Amino acid sequence: MKKSNAYLRAGMVIAGALTLLIVLGFFWTPYDPTAFVGGKFQPPSLAHLMGTDKFGRDIFSRVLKGAGTTFTIALATVGIGAGCGTVVGALTGYFGGAVDEALMRLNDALTAFPSILLALVVISLVGPENKYNVVLALGLVFIPSYARITRTAFASAREANYVKNARLMGASTPRILAVHILPNTLPVLLPALTIGFNNAVLAEASMSYLGIGVTPPDASLGYMLSEAQSMFTLAPWYVLSTGLVMILLIFGVGLMGEGLQRAQRGVA
Amino acid sequence: MEKRLTAALVTAGLLVGLLAGCGGPSAGESPTPDSAGSPTPSAAETPTPHANEITVGIAQDLDDSLDPHKTVAAGTKEVMFNVFEGLVKPTPDGDLIPAVADHYELSEDKKTYTFTLREGIKFHNGDPVEMRDVVYSIERCRGDEGENALIPALAVIESVQADDTTLTITLEQPNTEFLSYLTLAILPEDYDQQDTAPVGTGPFKFVSRAAQDNIVLEKFDEYWGTPAYLDKVTYKIIENTDSLVMSLQSGAIDVCAHLTSTQTAQLGDGFNIEEGTMNLVQALYLNHTVAPFDSLEVRQALSYAIDKDAIIDLAFDGYGAPLGSSMYPAFGKYFMDELTYYYPHDVEKAKELLAQAGYPDGFEMTITVPSNYTPHVETAVVVAEQLKAVGVDAKIQLVEWGTWVSDVYQGRNFQSTICGFDASTMTARALLERFTTDNAKNFINYSSANYDELFQKALNTYDDAEQTQVYKEMEKDLTANAANVYIQDLADLVAVRKGLTGLNFYPIYVLDVSTLRWES
Repeated sequence: MKKSNAYLRAGMVIAGALTLLIVLGFFWTPYDPTAFVGGKFQPPSLAHLMGTDKFGRDIFSRVLKGAGTTFTIALATVGIGAGCGTVVGALTGYFGGAVDEALMRLNDALTAFPSILLALVVISLVGPENKYNVVLALGLVFIPSYARITRTAFASAREANYVKNARLMGASTPRILAVHILPNTLPVLLPALTIGFNNAVLAEASMSYLGIGVTPPDASLGYMLSEAQSMFTLAPWYVLSTGLVMILLIFGVGLMGEGLQRAQRGVA
Repeated sequence: MEKRLTAALVTAGLLVGLLAGCGGPSAGESPTPDSAGSPTPSAAETPTPHANEITVGIAQDLDDSLDPHKTVAAGTKEVMFNVFEGLVKPTPDGDLIPAVADHYELSEDKKTYTFTLREGIKFHNGDPVEMRDVVYSIERCRGDEGENALIPALAVIESVQADDTTLTITLEQPNTEFLSYLTLAILPEDYDQQDTAPVGTGPFKFVSRAAQDNIVLEKFDEYWGTPAYLDKVTYKIIENTDSLVMSLQSGAIDVCAHLTSTQTAQLGDGFNIEEGTMNLVQALYLNHTVAPFDSLEVRQALSYAIDKDAIIDLAFDGYGAPLGSSMYPAFGKYFMDELTYYYPHDVEKAKELLAQAGYPDGFEMTITVPSNYTPHVETAVVVAEQLKAVGVDAKIQLVEWGTWVSDVYQGRNFQSTICGFDASTMTARALLERFTTDNAKNFINYSSANYDELFQKALNTYDDAEQTQVYKEMEKDLTANAANVYIQDLADLVAVRKGLTGLNFYPIYVLDVSTLRWES
């Protein structure tokens, strides 16, 4: 119990600190992230904590801004995925039957594709022009996994005594689903959310890496990473600082997820 | 518990690996065959690098057709330039000199060309070049009376007459560009495997091609002209640009063209970086039928707002030739250096002009850029930043190449775009004709009565000096009307291993390996 809290606490400290920085980045960055403020390829210094890139832009400011973009995209993606996934999972799990069969087989089919590939298909349909399309594509791709997780939880709760009770009391079906069962799925849903968030961060990075998503001069962590790797020997600080921030973000949120899982295992 | 923590750390490690993996497969794989004992013996890897051969890195396979009359890809032409020759061939200065022809004469009325076949010239398969081969090659490109013509411009030919040694071509009317089309490759008439095992008359003969891997050329010993210095040239196909750099560093390749300044900066001491030009006009092209670019003041304001030298400095490490009109320096006599800084960088002047045009607070605009061309994308980043200084908020919209061609170039549905235009033949016309009002390629909808008139005049002028003067007037018209915001002719950086010399740049997209040699 105590140890699991250590995971949670460490995760919250790391992810929390980063989130604070990211929120700060929305309002203030040391320099304008798109302005050419210094000489090109300056190594890290007090003036430029993470150095400058090939245009002389301050990498720290860009990392703040870029992490914000990545963070927003990841949150929105998980929002769409978990939101729609939970609705689908709740309906199919609670009612079962032919609709359940059909939706879950569709789910299987979608899961069979590598997620990036599937997102690329969606992108090619809606167009790669702006980052909201990336959110849409990734969100759609994330739906099946959440649908599967919540479906199991709802299906097992269907015959549980408290649900039967609520039904006898005359509670409406939407109320049973949302008020009675949903809170009881949180122990599985919350860790899934943290894992999903991390996957979304990585997925956004991969998409940006492939040139889809944010457009220059804007930044996202993935876009910066792909830009940085071609100048690895010229400006190693670029790829290192960008990569490190992404790793920390994922590591922090990952620890939180691990802590949450441990916490409920302790309770159960 | 311990195990769990380990698992968490391993997961974190895997994530790092995943990130690295984004670029991993292509960057990591390609060099392996070389380091693990290359199947193609590479001279540079052995301690005696002066075996008389080199390996050239190219970014794409020659997979369209090796038949020179059917080749469309610039990358294929670049390699096969060393294998084929026409009646005339281009020189690094942009002139045309006789090749398969020994010499030629042009009649007084500029309508009749008389070529004399070079004596004793042979194809790579050992057969002598006969007049029937020359006629066959020209007729093949000309097609049946204009139909299915491989080179439509040959329609100006009225008749072709030949005896054993002389060829007489009569044109319907004088045409100053005609000669440049006769660089078309002369091929043997009775040979039907040009597309897989091409045979020409150039300084190198084709030996083999392994799809997706390499192309091998060898010196042609019976070449009529200055023989090649190298005995063998292997073109190694390396599609990943990062692998190209690694292959240069590892010694797997000796020469590589079309590198970026960021790539060359990583190469270190073992290489000389030769700077040529890409021979294209890179500009912020503006759609003249879309507000606010229909206003001359706005276009001029943008021209003043852009700092070409800063763009070249920031995005290209100082490599590049600033331009002021639709003409680049490789064209020599047509190029007007005085137009380059017609609009010097002047933010105040730009603001003034914007105010005059009714935009004292600037405006929003979209720059559409083909996403696969990094140089244009990076230029756009700098341009957008420079425009901020005059209050213009430029958004960059990346589109894939196909979309760019259909929407911007063909559909003309755009505000502004950054791209580069080259000349398909070595003529001023190839660059300037596209801006005449009714031209199908006039995607910026430029319309200047003066310009159209000048173009007609140029077409009807047959004196070279006079015609050059008219073309120069056209360039001035483009600049004075700020038709486009001209930026630069991109630098073409070629990495050449130290000890190799003799690289020549051409005003067209070719890499001549016949003059390359190891210093003894």
